[in-house]
Amino acid sequence: MTPQATRLSLRDGLRVASVGLRARPLRAALSALGIAIGTAAIVAILGLSSSSQAGLLAEIDRLGTNLLTVEAGQRLTGGEAKLPVEAPGRLTLLDHVDAVAHTGLVPDAKVYRSSLVPAANSGGLQVRAASLNLPSVLGTGLARGDWLNAGTARAPVAVLGAVAAARLGIDRVHPGQRIWLGGRWFDVAGILRRSPLAPEVDASALVGYPAARRYLGFVSVARGGRAPGPPSTIHVRTATGHEAAVQALLAPTANPEAPNEVSVSQPSDVLTARASAAGAFDSLFLGLGVVALIVGAVGVANIMIISVLERRSEIGLRRALGATKGQIRMQFLTESILLAVLGGAAGVLVGILATVVYAGAKGWAVVIPVEAWAGGLASAVLIGALAGLLPAVRASRLSPTAALRTA
Amino acid sequence: MSDTVLELDAVTKVYGEQREGAARVSALRGVSFSVRRGELVAIVGPSGSGKSTLLHVMGTLERPSGGVVRIGGVDAARLGDRALSRLRAREIGFVFQRFFLAEHATVRENVADGLLYAGVPAAERDARADEALDRVGLAHRATFRPTALSGGERQRVAIARALVGRPAIVLADEPTGNLDSVTGASIMALLRELHDGGATILMITHDAALADRLPRRIRMLDGQVVSDAGAGA
Repeated sequence: MTPQATRLSLRDGLRVASVGLRARPLRAALSALGIAIGTAAIVAILGLSSSSQAGLLAEIDRLGTNLLTVEAGQRLTGGEAKLPVEAPGRLTLLDHVDAVAHTGLVPDAKVYRSSLVPAANSGGLQVRAASLNLPSVLGTGLARGDWLNAGTARAPVAVLGAVAAARLGIDRVHPGQRIWLGGRWFDVAGILRRSPLAPEVDASALVGYPAARRYLGFVSVARGGRAPGPPSTIHVRTATGHEAAVQALLAPTANPEAPNEVSVSQPSDVLTARASAAGAFDSLFLGLGVVALIVGAVGVANIMIISVLERRSEIGLRRALGATKGQIRMQFLTESILLAVLGGAAGVLVGILATVVYAGAKGWAVVIPVEAWAGGLASAVLIGALAGLLPAVRASRLSPTAALRTA
Repeated sequence: MSDTVLELDAVTKVYGEQREGAARVSALRGVSFSVRRGELVAIVGPSGSGKSTLLHVMGTLERPSGGVVRIGGVDAARLGDRALSRLRAREIGFVFQRFFLAEHATVRENVADGLLYAGVPAAERDARADEALDRVGLAHRATFRPTALSGGERQRVAIARALVGRPAIVLADEPTGNLDSVTGASIMALLRELHDGGATILMITHDAALADRLPRRIRMLDGQVVSDAGAGA
């Protein structure tokens, strides 16, 4: 008979270690709950931040990274620069430029729900004249109603950006829907969807250039003539792969006399930065998850200590049947780890479920980082081992005769 | 000497000796006897006579303060925890007054657990458990839970668990203590039957009448053996 023969097989070891859990399943479930909650919180937070990042990246992909924005910058002498009225036309002529749309901020024009709203309550909304191809260049569309056409662009008709519509309290479009814009009534033709690549459009009421000129006095002098304008923001859709080349030419082309007064940007950069910020997890909730894990660990340790006290006779019997101190220690340590891992596994499942439900509602791809679930399970094993160590050592040191003594 | 399975030589046990100022209680004061293979021995004495301590010392659950305990010729004092555990797993079977059966396991599992720490593979444990249950007349109860059994049946399960490893000696601590007299008598009959089948059994009891029906009786009082009747019979 070899000394090694007294070692329990893995199957026997697990069976012995799960005796306590099988005998009192409700207690086991409750004591594992803390760890389950902590793990669920951590997995959900990691999963949600990864999924929201994936969602943003997918949105960037959809919107395209080939949109460049040209804006009026600052004069060297201070003060706001202006773009020449001819700038959009000139930019269209550049190689690899597929489309050019532009808006012109109408200074001093404000928009209100009605004429009765005090002038100061402008809600931070702007009025912009817009070129007719704006939605297609921005990759956005109409949430409600219609976009401007050659006819309505001349009439007192406006289309609201998504944010502007929400602030004005207008969520549908019907005939006779009007807003008080620049001191007169404008009909509302439609509401745009959000355009993440041009946030300033979201917070604007958009009118046609001819209408802006006729009703809002939006006029500038160019080549001796008078034209509506000037444009303040020009959106340039380039051929994919030529963004950098086109970007270099935009400022000198838009304003050859003062290229340094033109500011050029690639708005998808901003979204990309936002995506990486979304990937950073919410440290507050993560901290709460860790606290729940610690509380869970204390709960498991507590239950294990009680369990050892209650099961003194079982420990005595096992010693009488030939269990070594080490085997008793291992039994309770494994039981504690099993308990924590059950809690951790349940937590991982709940965390994944929460991520799937939330990401599904938001239309994001579900991304659960490996670190989240593997880390959740690994920390459960660690917590179980730490929480079970003291009770297991106590169990193994229990004198078998004291454990067997009849009360 | 191979015929002697258990040998005690001037065994003493003093409680409270480790702690300063604690009351010292001498539970055993120089106990010597030996048990040969195939004997059925009663250790009888009133409560407080040291017989429970004696059982624990014989079962290597407790180390004596002095003297020598030999099991199968091996001095238990020389063995560490692992070797002692192995000795208990293979050479000693215990039967307790309170049975100590696992309520959430079947009768067969309870009996098979008697071999759990002896390094016997699971399939063989189950086969030998069925065999042991057959010997105590409970083969038909193998898949029951202990809670569904009567007290006498539970004690039979505990006896089967003690026997399943074919130990050199079975130590029974008041095996009829929790049973009514009729059931107790049937357990005694079973122990005799097992003894006739070759098992070495040492039984502790406070019941002198019960002890008188066994072939050998060791009487204890105040931690000492006062008589040893029927030895060598």
